[in-house]
Amino acid sequence: MLCFGFTFLYVPMVLLIVYSFNYSKIVPVWGGWSTRWYTVLFESEEVWAAITLSLKIALMNATFATMLGALAGLALVRFKSFRGRTLFGGMISAPLVMPEVITGLSLLLLFITLGQLIGWPTNRGITTITIAHITFSMAYVAVIIQSRLTGLDQSLEEAAEDLGAKPFRVLIDITLPLLAPGLLAGWLLAFTLSIDDLVIASFVSGPGANTLPMLIYSRVRLGLRPDINAMATIIIIVVAIGVCLAGWLMMRQERQRQRDMQLASGDNIKQD
Amino acid sequence: MSNNIDFSERPWLDPEAEPFIRIQGLTKNFGAFTAVDSVDLDIYKGELFSLLGGSGCGKTTLLRMLAGFETPSAGRVFIDGTDMTDVPPYERPVNMMFQSYALFPHMNVEANVAYGLKRDGVAKGEIKRRVHDMLEMVELGIFSKRKPHQLSGGQRQRVALARSLVKKPKVLLLDEPLGALDKRLREQTQFELMNIQDELGVTFVVVTHDQEEAMTLSTRIAVMDEGQFVQIGTPTEIYEYPDNRFVANFIGSANMFEGRVQKRVDKNLVVNVPALKGELIVEYSAEIADGSKVWLAIRPEKMSISTTLTDTNSVNVLSGIVHDIGYLGSMSTYRIELEDKKIIDITYPNQHRPRDGKHLAEWDDKVYLKFDPSNVVLLTR
Amino acid sequence: MNEDLIAIQDEHKASFFVRLSRSLQSSWKSIVVAIPFFWLLFFFLVPFLIVLKISVAEALIASPPFSPLLDWSEDGIVMIRLVFDNFTYLWEDDLYVITYINSVKISTISTLICLLIGYPIAYGIVRSPPTTRNILLLLIILPFWTSFLLRVYAWMGLLADQGTINNFLIWLGLIEKPLRMMYSEFAVYVGIVYTYLPFMILPLYANMEKLDMTLHEAAADLGAKPTITFFSVTLPLTMPGIVAGSLLVFIPATGEFVIPDLLGGGNVLMIGRVLFNEFNSNNDWPVASAVAIALLLLLVIPMMIYQHIQGKENQP
Repeated sequence: MLCFGFTFLYVPMVLLIVYSFNYSKIVPVWGGWSTRWYTVLFESEEVWAAITLSLKIALMNATFATMLGALAGLALVRFKSFRGRTLFGGMISAPLVMPEVITGLSLLLLFITLGQLIGWPTNRGITTITIAHITFSMAYVAVIIQSRLTGLDQSLEEAAEDLGAKPFRVLIDITLPLLAPGLLAGWLLAFTLSIDDLVIASFVSGPGANTLPMLIYSRVRLGLRPDINAMATIIIIVVAIGVCLAGWLMMRQERQRQRDMQLASGDNIKQD
Repeated sequence: MSNNIDFSERPWLDPEAEPFIRIQGLTKNFGAFTAVDSVDLDIYKGELFSLLGGSGCGKTTLLRMLAGFETPSAGRVFIDGTDMTDVPPYERPVNMMFQSYALFPHMNVEANVAYGLKRDGVAKGEIKRRVHDMLEMVELGIFSKRKPHQLSGGQRQRVALARSLVKKPKVLLLDEPLGALDKRLREQTQFELMNIQDELGVTFVVVTHDQEEAMTLSTRIAVMDEGQFVQIGTPTEIYEYPDNRFVANFIGSANMFEGRVQKRVDKNLVVNVPALKGELIVEYSAEIADGSKVWLAIRPEKMSISTTLTDTNSVNVLSGIVHDIGYLGSMSTYRIELEDKKIIDITYPNQHRPRDGKHLAEWDDKVYLKFDPSNVVLLTR
Repeated sequence: MNEDLIAIQDEHKASFFVRLSRSLQSSWKSIVVAIPFFWLLFFFLVPFLIVLKISVAEALIASPPFSPLLDWSEDGIVMIRLVFDNFTYLWEDDLYVITYINSVKISTISTLICLLIGYPIAYGIVRSPPTTRNILLLLIILPFWTSFLLRVYAWMGLLADQGTINNFLIWLGLIEKPLRMMYSEFAVYVGIVYTYLPFMILPLYANMEKLDMTLHEAAADLGAKPTITFFSVTLPLTMPGIVAGSLLVFIPATGEFVIPDLLGGGNVLMIGRVLFNEFNSNNDWPVASAVAIALLLLLVIPMMIYQHIQGKENQP
């Protein structure tokens, strides 16, 4: 079953990669090995513009969503009661389960209404897409931060305060460093969510602003295209390298932790 | 009146002494639940004071109010004459050693110990010197560059102690300081803790649920139950002269008999105990009306056991059948079933090796238990 | 006397500063809450209310193409005009009703297929040795980080009339004419199961990982056969994982747009796609909003169950 499952998951991706090296213009018909579609892909200014736009949005989104999501997670775990807590809790978790089409539609309607009322935004594009992405990805960050904070021993923060650190200092010295892995995970997730999003971006984008998924979508709607296979291959390879690197780092950390534990128990024996 | 008494070891007996920590009517409510219920307490300089009680008795909440982590619902806290009730934790001359030790996992031992001094803006050179001295004192000098997770439990405990002592606090609060250590390490650390306290003269307030720990460490113990003190006293007072049935049962174990005062004979009282269908004689000097309902507590080790009755005229003799024996080496505990089915426990030292493979008493032997009137505690509540 | 006065003033000052710094501390707290709170209020709740409002407005051929909800009548009283025509329209038009039923049917069946495939995979991962386990887990997560759109696209290449599967089957001689797989419900099922499978496996794995494996030994020791052990021990204990995974597949699949659009073509009606078309092609915003609200009503119960589970898990 494991084998079947992983075959099911990976065969389509492998085929995607194989056909990106196909000379033939018609994807499933093999016409010999070639890298011509990579050249075609990189010669297209449209593609470069889409990549740049998507990266810009993803970077801004990841950064702001991490900050807002961290604040939200902090508020929900550390402040037990404040006015509007229930509403806040509802609003922070609703985007997680809200269908994309609804989020996209509602934000577009907001931007249009705002445009009529206060004259902003005059045109839709990078700003509106970023705002939309922050809104739904901060919810994911908040969940990560929330679970990390819940697992954190609160006496660490109390100990710092007890030793003379004012609350803000505690946040800088203790809470944030200990949240760092969660913040990093949140940032990466927000980045991925943003660079992967088609539906919401399609709603809130205006003419001329095409993100990478929007570009891919407009091309593949009409059928198979070898240059898209090339694009997919690049994305899969970049992600695979990233994930493998993360996996290797995690494994190394685990080994280090085991060594440390041996160190600690070794001293114990010497002491006795 | 008692001018010739040396108060230096027992400041709480000195009517002139100024308390170092004064707690007045301190109360903490969590919603409808009252964790600490209007308690008053004076702790004196240099004391090693223990708050002892089961879980949920309010001892930790009381400690956290001393540290400033909980805001009292009512009452005041004074430390060294200053009202600290509204002072935030980071401005109190008090440090705390946490039950989990709460060592900062992302800082090494040195940085952990130096953290408090840095927050006070102490000069760099002095921080270095003081951290070094403190780590030497707890014998962790060579581990100064290690991270907490690279240390054993006992070492972590000493880092936590060093970190909370390096700021020279007026009061050190310790939340179950030995709770996370295994038994052997615990005994060793217990004495280290007492030495350090003696050396530095810092006032210690310890929260613990372990009565042995409290007995060995403390100058005085406050036994807590349901947010209130049930007795405050030295370890000897608490154990030998418990104030009430809760303390008698909570500290050590006690065999308890319910009865009524029959009459007074000199310094003794004759108490009628229905469960024994007889009387017990108790030494008791305070006033008490005949007919009062009382409880008699006898510690298991305050009785002697024998298979023969030597003196038929002596008082406070009970007879029964050995129901169970627990052999502990240096002593044995016997569970005796008295004639009317009441079970009592007694511990007796094994002064002799078994003779003919037999101990002093064996299962189902008929035995006699004897105890002196002065060893019986009379409780009125 | 004078000194006393100064001392009193000093004390007063000190307490003033204490109070000031206290209020700054507490305002610092409210800032932490306020920033994300108002962001969500403004960019999540308000837009949602706008959708709600437009769903009860009338369609107009204008820009924006709907009637204002709040009218200032002459005597200065706000008149709220609610038009439920849009909802009546949805109810009376067979197309929408069929689309709803179809969406629920497709996402339910997809969820069940995901569960049937995902459960043994999650179980297999949990039972494998620790080092292999981490690698397998990474392999499950990896597709999630790659583009969703491109994973759907991969199946366009496999399922097309001239696609890899048809070519392979013809080469084997099993079929003579290509099977029609693209632009059908079958293709939509394949697409949903393929893209949402990790969402089923991960919660199941998280749940099974916590499961005490000695329970199986205990059950076997007490005389239960493997199948009995599975139905009496494993299945009930993994129920929270099953529910969480199923909801994580069911909820987004119901509102899915990309998969029915790329793999289903015009033949498969799903609500997300209808909404998108209603909005972009027909420019009928009130109906699109009404479709959105109706979709939300459909999902509100599963969403609440999911939030309830999440809430329980995040309790300290």
